[in-house]
Parts: sequence; C-alpha cells; structure tokens
Amino acid sequence: MKKTLFEKIWNSHVVEQLDDDLALIYIDLHLVHEVTSPQAFESLRINSRKVRRPDLTVATIDHNVPTLDRFNIKDPISKQQIETLRKNCEDFNVPIYDIDNVNQGIVHVIGPELGLTQPGMTIVCGDSHTSTHGAFGALAFGIGTSEVEHVLATQTLLQKKPKTMSIEAVGNLPFGVTPKDLILSIIGKIGVDGGTGHAIEFRGDAFENMSMEGRMTVCNMTIEGGGRAGMVAPDEKTIEFVQGKKFTPKGKNFDQLLEIWKELKTDDGAKFDTEIKIDCSSLEPHVSWGTNPGQVVSVNSSIPDPNDFDTPEKKSNAESALEYMGLEAGQKISDVKIDRVFIGSCTNGRLEDLRAAAKIIDGKKVGKNVNAMVVPGSGIVKMLAEKEGLDKVFINSGFEWREAGCSMCLAMNPDKLSPQERCASTSNRNFEGRQGKDGRTHLVSPEMAAAAAIEGHFVDVRNWK
Amino acid sequence: MDPFINHKGIVAPLDRSNVDTDQIIPKQFLKRIERTGFGEFAFFDWRYLEPGVLNPEFILNEERYKNASILVSGTNFGSGSSREHAPWALLDYGFKVIIAPSFADIFRNNCFQNGILSIILDKNEVDHIMGMSLSTKNYELNVDLENEIIYDDSGFKTSFKIDPFRRDSLLKGEDEIARTLTSSDQIDNYEKNRIKRW
Ligand code: SF4
Repeated sequence: MKKTLFEKIWNSHVVEQLDDDLALIYIDLHLVHEVTSPQAFESLRINSRKVRRPDLTVATIDHNVPTLDRFNIKDPISKQQIETLRKNCEDFNVPIYDIDNVNQGIVHVIGPELGLTQPGMTIVCGDSHTSTHGAFGALAFGIGTSEVEHVLATQTLLQKKPKTMSIEAVGNLPFGVTPKDLILSIIGKIGVDGGTGHAIEFRGDAFENMSMEGRMTVCNMTIEGGGRAGMVAPDEKTIEFVQGKKFTPKGKNFDQLLEIWKELKTDDGAKFDTEIKIDCSSLEPHVSWGTNPGQVVSVNSSIPDPNDFDTPEKKSNAESALEYMGLEAGQKISDVKIDRVFIGSCTNGRLEDLRAAAKIIDGKKVGKNVNAMVVPGSGIVKMLAEKEGLDKVFINSGFEWREAGCSMCLAMNPDKLSPQERCASTSNRNFEGRQGKDGRTHLVSPEMAAAAAIEGHFVDVRNWK
Repeated sequence: MDPFINHKGIVAPLDRSNVDTDQIIPKQFLKRIERTGFGEFAFFDWRYLEPGVLNPEFILNEERYKNASILVSGTNFGSGSSREHAPWALLDYGFKVIIAPSFADIFRNNCFQNGILSIILDKNEVDHIMGMSLSTKNYELNVDLENEIIYDDSGFKTSFKIDPFRRDSLLKGEDEIARTLTSSDQIDNYEKNRIKRW
C-alpha cells in the first residue's frame, strides 16, 4: 500500500495497538525544559519510578533565563524552577545543557544544532513548538506534563493516530517574501484550528527550495494552525545540515542511516485525509493585527472590518481583538506605530534570521521612540553571530544585543511589554498578554521587524530603502 | 486519579472561541513546581481587575456560576501552549466537564490525564446549552460517561463519543503509566528489534 511520510514513521514506532486509533508509540528523543517537567520528576519519585532511557533524554534551561545577567536570577521562583531541573537531572541521570554551557539555548534551536534531531525519529517535549523538529522529516509534537512523566518512565506514549493533511505550495516565494510570511498566510487561510487532529506534511516547490531554517520556521508554527505535527520530507539539504553535528552518527552508522532516510518520503499516489494547495507566486509580507496567529493581513492591506467576516463567531473575535489591540477597522497596517521590536524565539532566533535582520538595518538607526532587542536562540547562535560581527551591526543601529533564551516570546523572564506597548515580534503567538499583560503583539518576519524598528511603523521591506 | 462515571452539575458559559491556555493560566503562574493550587489563578487576566479585585464584568465571577462544575465554551478550546497547568487550574477551580464544538489536541490529551471529561458536541447543541445556562438559574446537566449521553431535566438529551480506551481509563480512574508498565515486555521487544540507531 502507498504510504505517506507520516504513516511510515508512525507505523515503524507502534509498540502496541490499544484500540482502532490509539497506540502505544516508541519515542526516540525526549527533550526536557524547566517549566513543564518538575511535576513529572516529582511524581516519578513518589511512585518510585525510574527514567527508562536517560540516554534518549536531553534537558536544557530556556524559558526562565534572564538575557542580561544570566547568572543572577533575581526572581526566587524562577530560580527554584531552574535549580529543581538541575537536581532532577542529577538524580535521574539526565544530561543537561545548563546556562554555563555554550550549547544551552531554546530547546527547539539546540535539538537540530546538536544533531539530536534526525529524520524519521519520533520526538516529544513538554512544549507545543516541538513541531519545529518536523522540518527534518521527524514526527515531533508537544505533550503535557503527565505525558512527560509517561515518556520518562516508559519511553513510550499513548497517542491517537492523527489524520494526515498535505499542504502543497504551488510556485516559489517571490523576492523578499519569507517562510514566516508563508506560514502566517497559511494559518490565516486554514484558521487557528484548521489543522486540529492532523499531522501536516508541507510539500511542493516553496518548501523544497526553502533552507532548513525556513522549514523550521514553518513547522514551528504548525501548532498555531492547530496541527498536531508539521513535517517536510528529508532531502539533500536535510542531510547536509545533519551531517557532522555533535550527536549525528558518523562513518558506517551514518551511511546506514542514509539508506533508511532515503525511504522517508510520501509514496507517489499515497492519499491524505485532507489536501490543500497554496499559490505562493503572489504572496506578500504579512503582519498579524489581532490576538491569534490567524488574524493576519499583507503589509499593503488595511485592518479588516469585523462586519466583513462570514460568521458571528469570527466577527465577535475580530471585535474583541481590535479592542484589545487598540486598532480601528480600515486603518492601514503600515500606519500602525510600534514601541518595541523583538527579534528572537524558536521561530526566528536562528543565525539565518539574525543575518537577514542585520542586512536590513546595517548602517541605519533605530527609530527615536523604538526600543529594539535581539535575543539569539542559543549560545551557539550568539557565538556564530558575534564571529560574523552581527552583534556590532545591531548595537551600532541601536538594538540591544542579549543572551540566549526564550525571553520576550512569552515574557517569563524580566523581558516584557508594559500595558498597551506595541511590539513587532518575530515570535509565534500574539495571544492577549503573551508578551506582558495588556501588551500588543504583531507577528512578522525578521526582515519586517528590522525595517519596522528603523521606521517606527510597519513598512513593506520589498521596496523599502 | 478518581474514576469518572457520571456527573451532575451547574453549567457556566464562556462564550468565546479559541480560549487559549495563556488565558486559562498566564505564564507568571507556571513557575510553581506543584500540581495543585492553580485554581485561584485560572483566567487570571479576565477574572481580576488587579490582584485580589474581581472583575464584575467577567461572567464566571457572577454569583450564579460560583458553584459551576461544567464549563461550556466555543470552538478550539485550549489552543496554544502545551502547559498542563491549564487543566490543573480548571480542575482546581472546580470544573470536571468541559463542553465545546472542538478542542486543541494537546489540551484534550492533558484533560484525559487529569480525569477531566472534554466533550465535543455539535455547534448548535453547544449553543443550546450556552443559551440555557445564560437564561436559566442554576441550569444543570447530567453527564453519563458509561452510556455516552448528556441530558438536562427539561427534555434536552444528546450523545457524545470518547475513544473506547480513553473512556475505559476514565471509568476506572486508571493511572496510564501503571497501565503502560504492564506492557514492559512489548517495550523491551520493540527496543530489541529497533533499528540500531533508533
Ligand atoms: S521561544 Fe517562545 S515558543 Fe519557543 S519554546 Fe521559548 S517560549 Fe516557547
């Protein structure tokens, strides 16, 4: 029978079939961070359970890390959470990348960076953006804390087999349009629950021609469209990226893997439960205007009128979003003034993203009333960026150059918006209060965020000088 | 986990779609390392004008919903973050059943893990329940998991579906990890036959 990429990975990981849809599946890689794990380890202790495969488990600290003085954590509860993870890793023998290690960083940035993330794997983490790792042709998804405990204790997980969805990009991304714009427009089209219950495979020209970083951005935000997992079939680019990384097998073992990876693609004629086509040729840079990632417009459009939505539900969502965001229907999005700029996160905090933003701002100055910051996704990204002198470009333009972590993506550390402050952000969620209570978030690409920092409002980067 | 067999309780309406887990429990409360005590922080930014001062405009603050144990809401309930703190907060607040036209996947899994029953009904049925809970004082629903039906005392009745294995676990109040550990032989076997590197 013809199979999809998802089905191949799923089938090869079923340990036990429990009912028609539900199976116990084996987990190849379990990533752990400080926020969603303490209760899981505690419960292992209470029940005298062990971690079955510490060798398939890797921990890091990212959500709580201060980005100014990382060794001086002032919030006592943040500090306790970090210390709890350290102790848990020690007690249960789990390797950890701590804040004094250059390999520390946002869990979804360091997985690929270290070669932990490989094609064909099942990867989980107590974090919804685990979908990022699907960019390598892995089946990767977020889980809750009880499931974290389940994986720690058994290296398996009870899961309902998702349906399959194909999102096929027809044509290529036009000049100046980024993977972030593409995924924002996809979520705008399918809605924030369009992918619910589905593992989504991104296929077609635009994805094939995209860099691994771009694919990670797309898969990262699959969850914002409700998707259980997002994936792109591995190809030459994938192999090139993975090869030679710290945890990638070497020599004969690697050659063996290559043989297996070759099979990791959807067979011609395999059927998906849902198939969607997206025409990329006329895509424009996107900006979110509302309080969910599906409320987006292209940069040359105006903010929609709630009355133009086709259901009462969408209409009332739009009304409350406009009220929260302090925006008016019909206002041009390019007229919206911003106070802050945040470049970073597991969506757009990788080297390629920082390069793209630096190129835009090189030699220019951040707008007078704008406070802009760059937070690299990992210690390695920071180091490589500094080697290229990107830190200087940012600093000379008036950006703050910070240390690696999640930072203002969710504002669990001291980096947050004040009430009503408006931010152009390269992160993934514009939910109410996400970047600070009553803060207003507009999701954009790194290029768009960089240009907005200079101008003080959104501009179309394609024809901006 | 306590078994869930049937439940009768007052229904509270939260007439919004895409209620995300950032709203259910904002990030500043994720730093705790316990599973309990999250109830007072549920819907924090909507519920309080400032810490300690209830927002009189927020529907769940109305006296008549104070003892509600069934929450009815719009599509895509529980979207966003995987934080299990969201169902912990809802459970601690007093909700045992959540009814919506659809749920985000991770949130729904997290509910199963904590003995919260998440029920998917047609939009018009959800609207009916929402309307009743707004117009009728102390509107109650009976939820019968064994027979997968839900009904009120004034003639409304409908059925719902839960995956058989999940339903069984809820009825027994079974610890999922303990159950999986009985499959240790299969896991050992899988590991033996696992492609070397995987
Ligand atoms: S960067 Fe943001 S989305 Fe990514 S893991 Fe950190 S908090 Fe979550």
